[in-house]
Amino acid sequence: MQILTVLAILFYVLSAAAYFAFLFIQKDYLYRSAYAALATGFICHTAAIVYGFAASGQIPVGNLRETLSIAGWALAGVFLVVQYRFKLKILGIFAAPLVVLIMAAASQLPAGPSQDTTIFNNFWLIAHVASIFLGEAAFALACGLGVLYLIQENTIKAKKHRFFFKRLPSLDLLDSTGYACIVAGFTLLTVGLVTGFVYARTVWGHFWSWDPKEVWSAVTWIFYAVLLHERLTVGWRGRRSAIMAIIGFAVLLFTFLGVNLLLKGHHGGFTRW
Amino acid sequence: MNTNTNMPDIVLIGINHKTAPVEVRECIAFSEPDATAALEALHRQPDIREVLLLSTCNRVEVLLVTDNKLGAIEKTKNFIAGYNKISIDKFEAALYIHEGDAAVHHVFKVASSLDSMVIGEPQILGQIKEAYRRAAALKTSGVILNRLLHRTFFVAKRIRTETGIGDRAVSISFAAVELGRKIFGTLEGKTVLLVGAGEMAELSVEHLIRNKAGDIYVANRTFENGVALAKKFKGTAVNFEEISDCLKFIDIVISSTGSPDFVITRNQVKSIIRIRRNRPIFFIDIAVPRDIDPAVNRLTNSYVYDIDDLQGVIDENMEDRNQEAVKGQRIVDEAVIGFRQWYDSLTVVPTIVALRSKIESIVEAEITRTLRTGNISSNDSGILQKMSHSLVNKILHDPTVFLKKDGMAADKSVYIDTVRKLFKLDE
Repeated sequence: MQILTVLAILFYVLSAAAYFAFLFIQKDYLYRSAYAALATGFICHTAAIVYGFAASGQIPVGNLRETLSIAGWALAGVFLVVQYRFKLKILGIFAAPLVVLIMAAASQLPAGPSQDTTIFNNFWLIAHVASIFLGEAAFALACGLGVLYLIQENTIKAKKHRFFFKRLPSLDLLDSTGYACIVAGFTLLTVGLVTGFVYARTVWGHFWSWDPKEVWSAVTWIFYAVLLHERLTVGWRGRRSAIMAIIGFAVLLFTFLGVNLLLKGHHGGFTRW
Repeated sequence: MNTNTNMPDIVLIGINHKTAPVEVRECIAFSEPDATAALEALHRQPDIREVLLLSTCNRVEVLLVTDNKLGAIEKTKNFIAGYNKISIDKFEAALYIHEGDAAVHHVFKVASSLDSMVIGEPQILGQIKEAYRRAAALKTSGVILNRLLHRTFFVAKRIRTETGIGDRAVSISFAAVELGRKIFGTLEGKTVLLVGAGEMAELSVEHLIRNKAGDIYVANRTFENGVALAKKFKGTAVNFEEISDCLKFIDIVISSTGSPDFVITRNQVKSIIRIRRNRPIFFIDIAVPRDIDPAVNRLTNSYVYDIDDLQGVIDENMEDRNQEAVKGQRIVDEAVIGFRQWYDSLTVVPTIVALRSKIESIVEAEITRTLRTGNISSNDSGILQKMSHSLVNKILHDPTVFLKKDGMAADKSVYIDTVRKLFKLDE
């Protein structure tokens, strides 16, 4: 299992390097190899997670190390789909290094105690964890697309076309892909919350318990709901949508990590280290 | 190029925008119908064996193959002077003359648009193809020019695909389209409003239409003029006062009026952004003084490029092309060496040697095969060897004498080329 994780990280690093090379030297073989490396890393990573799950019988979110690893895995997976679907190669310079960063952070943390006897594996828990992580990965990509959008918009408005203008895709593609990521992320987040409620009901007997994690998840959900609502009604798009995607991700990060580190609650084991 | 006196020389004589001002170039340019007659007349000159004439607004070049290069150069100069009825001194200083490798290099460079006024512009290749088509039709090109021109087309195509020499826009209308693509992704179905009129603005509209832009609207202070222009673009004419209304659904505005004040102001645009539900709008302001308030560029999802901005884009792109041209040069240098190798192979001696070694190797292989069957005694095998040698000599005797004969009629390179092809000596 250890060797698989190491292999996965190695491939992720290779992929990030190739994406960076692609940014500077615009050769097709670079992004193709970057994509292939990321896919290979993802397969190794998946194998490592499945192996760990089979060995322990617990879904691997018992401590911060495992949680981060799952987050990196989800991000790699979602990015593979997004690049395949939208042909947005340049997003790799955001996604691949981020995956590497997450995995590097995870590998520095102790494997530590992971069993929390109050957690029961069942369908609802697995669905809850899977959809939350995939949704968060989609939001992370929306944030990256927002950053790219702002860079490209600034390039066009400032009329300085030197480096980014030809390397970044059109504003329209960045905007519509970001929107697609938010829609996907929002759907997954909603599913994740609902399955979480159902799970809470089966374990603790009530849907909602004013746990800080729950409250902040609701805040995040409402934030993205407003963003989508505004886009559909008054047409929030472009710059404003990009900025909101970035802020939204900051809120999400706080919900994901900040709440656990600063506040207390029943998701504590999640980030134990 | 070649010290071998048997070999004809490739010579290129010409003037272009770098060596001569337009007053000189226009005096010696050959128009479409003239070119055919001129080409035939040139070909009739005794020293000129093959010839191709290229005449565009930026250059006049004569590419020829000759056995007497000094004579041919003289005759060509006289011909240009005589045909255009001007004296030689008028243009002689502006002429450049390249021979051999340098001439080949020059042709490759010109066709690849490395020598153009606007580097990377694509028309020149078409013009050379046309010139070659004419030469081929009149049979003024022969083995050498045919080969040279085919290599030229290959090199030009390779440079276009392998370098970014033609990638970036270097004219106002192309720059506008390039920018539009970066904003909208695709221009397909995007509505265009033309305010005013003018050559550059109309060119830009045409270019947008070629990129599948959608409906075209034309606003002009004089409505009749607007109607006429709209007809040209198969669009709709609108009143000047309706511009504000149009902005609600237009994606690209091209403005080119003589108005001293802004035709479209910041407030006008600000009020429609919300109605447009923030869909991006792109203003191209070609007018001087400007038609569109530059403050519009600071509104969200609205972009303004005036004529200086577009020129700035073009200058940057030009720099890019110059960098790409360096890569193109390398490809040209490589191709010149390749052509040189083929050209040298046209001399008689290597061809005779190659022909002999080819026949000998065939005979050798067959003898070895026959001997391997074991039915032949060692005594007989000596006889067999001897016989095969005299066979080779007898077979090759006449062709060798023919190829070596000094007074070989007509074009020697034709025969050499034919022999090389017949016996596949180039592989």
